[in-house]
Amino acid sequence: MYTQALNTSDAEDRQIEDAARAGLFQARIDAEERIEPNDWMPAAYRKTLTRQISQHAHSEIVGMLPEGNWITRAPSLRRKAALLAKVQDECGHGLYLYAAAETLGTSREELVDLMLAGKAKYSSIFNYPTQTWADIGAIGWLVDGAAIMNQIPLCRCSYGPYARAMIRVCKEESFHQRQGFEIMLTLCRGSDEQKAMAQDALDRWWWPVLMMFGPPDNASQHGDTSAKWKIKRFSNDELRQKFVDATVPQAQFLGLTIPDPDMTQDEAGHWVYSPIDWEEFNQVLAGNGPCNRDRLAARRKAHDEGAWVREAAAAYAAKRSRRDVAQAAE
Amino acid sequence: MATPNVPLWEVFIRSRNGLAHKHVGSLHAADATLALQAARDIYTRRGEGLSIWVVPSSAITASDPAEKGMMFEPAESKIYRHPTFYDVPEEVGHM
Amino acid sequence: MTVANIQISETPLVLYLLRRADDALILGHRLSEWCGHAPMLEEDMALANMGLDLLGQARELYSYAAKIEANGNDEDKFAYLREVGQYRNLLLVEQPNGDFARTMVRQFFYAAFADLYWRAMMRSRDASLAAIAAKSEKESAYHLRHSSEWIVRLGDGTAESHARAQGAIDDLWAFTGEMFWLDDRERALVDAGIAIDAASLRAPWLKTITNVVSEATLTLPTNNWMQQGGRSGQHSEHLGHLLSELQSMQRTFPGATW
Repeated sequence: MYTQALNTSDAEDRQIEDAARAGLFQARIDAEERIEPNDWMPAAYRKTLTRQISQHAHSEIVGMLPEGNWITRAPSLRRKAALLAKVQDECGHGLYLYAAAETLGTSREELVDLMLAGKAKYSSIFNYPTQTWADIGAIGWLVDGAAIMNQIPLCRCSYGPYARAMIRVCKEESFHQRQGFEIMLTLCRGSDEQKAMAQDALDRWWWPVLMMFGPPDNASQHGDTSAKWKIKRFSNDELRQKFVDATVPQAQFLGLTIPDPDMTQDEAGHWVYSPIDWEEFNQVLAGNGPCNRDRLAARRKAHDEGAWVREAAAAYAAKRSRRDVAQAAE
Repeated sequence: MATPNVPLWEVFIRSRNGLAHKHVGSLHAADATLALQAARDIYTRRGEGLSIWVVPSSAITASDPAEKGMMFEPAESKIYRHPTFYDVPEEVGHM
Repeated sequence: MTVANIQISETPLVLYLLRRADDALILGHRLSEWCGHAPMLEEDMALANMGLDLLGQARELYSYAAKIEANGNDEDKFAYLREVGQYRNLLLVEQPNGDFARTMVRQFFYAAFADLYWRAMMRSRDASLAAIAAKSEKESAYHLRHSSEWIVRLGDGTAESHARAQGAIDDLWAFTGEMFWLDDRERALVDAGIAIDAASLRAPWLKTITNVVSEATLTLPTNNWMQQGGRSGQHSEHLGHLLSELQSMQRTFPGATW
């Protein structure tokens, strides 16, 4: 949050945004200029971005839990090192994203408190359990694959700090999907039991992954303004289709069956998938997924049990600066 | 109870000798020593750096984008500061 | 089917390598348990980095042991197909994470040793070990720096952090003596210039520990009774649980490739 001193104050937020400034702002966006933290921006732009970037950050942090569930049980030392490095990367990505959100004027602590209070969303995919080792492969292959589809266009998002964070994230994530696909490939070339494990993981993750792209375009709440502000450059359905088209051949290569027997390929080569069960999506979003409670409980526990450590570091820093001042005075 | 804020730091990294330190991001830490260690652990995991600076975000004074005109536009008209402003015959060679 | 535990020809050098590899694996595993649960995101990153360093050290040492043993074993067989009694790590590193203070004190005690140990081992007559030492020394030096900074902050932070850090020091102290212990089989390697005499590291280790602990306004216990047994496979109750988790996949699906 560099140059925070100039960030818009509450008083200014309350001012009526004059049409001239809003017009200039939109002209900058249309000219593909990046908006930087201290630039004037409509309050709604600030709010939308704060919500989106912080949700993205929460997703990275909560997303550590399902995969973290297998770090201590990874079946080889090579897999263990790769998984630990990958889950650590997610922590780093959460961190970059919180920093980007903070440039808009809300502190990381406030954003995290909202998440812990259950008042902020994170990607609903992380409310599903990792039941077997194959889930680690499926998450890397499908969840990270879907995330990349979403994130690459965000590297050109109109808000500078978010775009820069995404460039770093995308660069680092390039190994994640490959890692997942390699796990799946090894399973599919293994015993019948391993192949069944891989198929079972695909069966369970396929539909939740398609839901990751969000509600269909005709039901999305944020689509219009986000597109106008060049925060979002492709619609949910466009990205979903792109993902399906990329993934079907990969599943065929693995010798796995997508759990959608009615899927067909249209004349343009696109794979047409069956209707998605949005009721399930809404239920998970409403807190009724299989792991919502576990995920929040784990994050709250880490936060609460870490409080005394953070207090100790703050207390030591305060003592230290008092000592330095006293020494300087001598 | 609201979680108390931990100070914010800006991280600058020199990726290779001969290059200047470049802003790479920020982090939270209670003091400078912890900030430097965290910067190492967060921003140099893939061999990105040879040297790190951490600076308290609050120590940075920034220009106001609203004053962009006054601050930066006067420089735009001083084209005589650029070598292309001057005509030197080609046969003189590189200068 | 390879459900059974592997058999190992524990020549002095193989045993020596397994002891160090097991230290690194078990401590790295413990640190990996923190992933996603640390007191702050910045520290989550740091704990994972240290865990990855140790995991890397373990893999190099196991691979070298496998080469020396030349018995068809490899890093994964060493890690996944030995039972508790075949593990040779220090009791210190298998102690549970507990709270952040306990994890940091354990890391601090071990890193203060490992830093000296690997630095000395860079002069090993065994070129492979000397190369592993050169890499590990830099990692351990950073682990020592990181954990020392935290010991000072926890000790000289709040009354609560002080009490937790002091409690961890008091409880873990009895596991530090084993680091400097040497048996006849290691003695032979010391005489051959392959290993170093760990006992010679005790004085400089104590000096580092004393400096940091006193800066942290903490104290070292006066009780100098030391536990040992890990090096010969006599472990605490904790290691079995750690291994049952670590090895669950290999034990459930014998012989599978992952």
